[in-house]
Amino acid sequence: MLTHLPTLSRRDAVKAAAWALAAAAIAPKLAFADEKTVAAEIKKLYGDKPMASGKIKLDVPEIAENGLVVPINIEIESPMTEADYVKAVHIFAEGNPQPGVVSYQFTPACGKASAATRMRLAQTQDIICVAEMSNGALHTAKANIKVTIGGCGG
Amino acid sequence: MTTKPTPRVRVPAKATAGEMIEIKTLISHEMESGQRKDAKGETIPRQIINKFTASFNGKPVFAADWFPAISANPYQSFFFKATESGEFTFTWKDDNGSEYVSKNKLTVG
Repeated sequence: MLTHLPTLSRRDAVKAAAWALAAAAIAPKLAFADEKTVAAEIKKLYGDKPMASGKIKLDVPEIAENGLVVPINIEIESPMTEADYVKAVHIFAEGNPQPGVVSYQFTPACGKASAATRMRLAQTQDIICVAEMSNGALHTAKANIKVTIGGCGG
Repeated sequence: MTTKPTPRVRVPAKATAGEMIEIKTLISHEMESGQRKDAKGETIPRQIINKFTASFNGKPVFAADWFPAISANPYQSFFFKATESGEFTFTWKDDNGSEYVSKNKLTVG
């Protein structure tokens, strides 16, 4: 029994590798965004301005079984007064055909810089959130979501 | 497009001054991403709701630009700090130029 175990696992590994290769060969040639595309999008919006971490609570599931409806909830720490509030929030998906997910414009009338929606994810990937404060300061946060079934017609 | 987009909004009818209320919205819409192909292998053209805006007594409160990555039947929730009575106007703008509007009253006191 014990002698069979390594043989089995090796065979499984070979099989898995073969499947992965086959899947890669059949997979439709869809152009997906990547880290660079998202970085370029952010640069288009804010240039090379420095970004701080923190202040952003990016609430997403660790594993999304269905990439067609992945809940996302963001909350940014801010007093939301006329003098100090969150102006805009942009969310990007690194592994989707198009990087943009949603852009929010907040006002002090919101009282709280928080919003929730549902998005489509094509594959396992990182979600990037950039928040622009009323004084121009930028904050960013990142979260990884494992997607079991992709949701972009892929 | 078979379904007619119907907005559904949940706003509390009453709030106390200074209370933070959560507004939840949902609209039926297929949100065709422009990435899918039909049986003939031709790309189905994109048609999504690209903008959602909320205003209170005519003053802008919140807005969202939606991209094709937003799920079908888009859900959006956000917060509002109640200070006075009035009326919300929620507007959804479709790629095809249509606009869907919902108006909801809020009584503060």
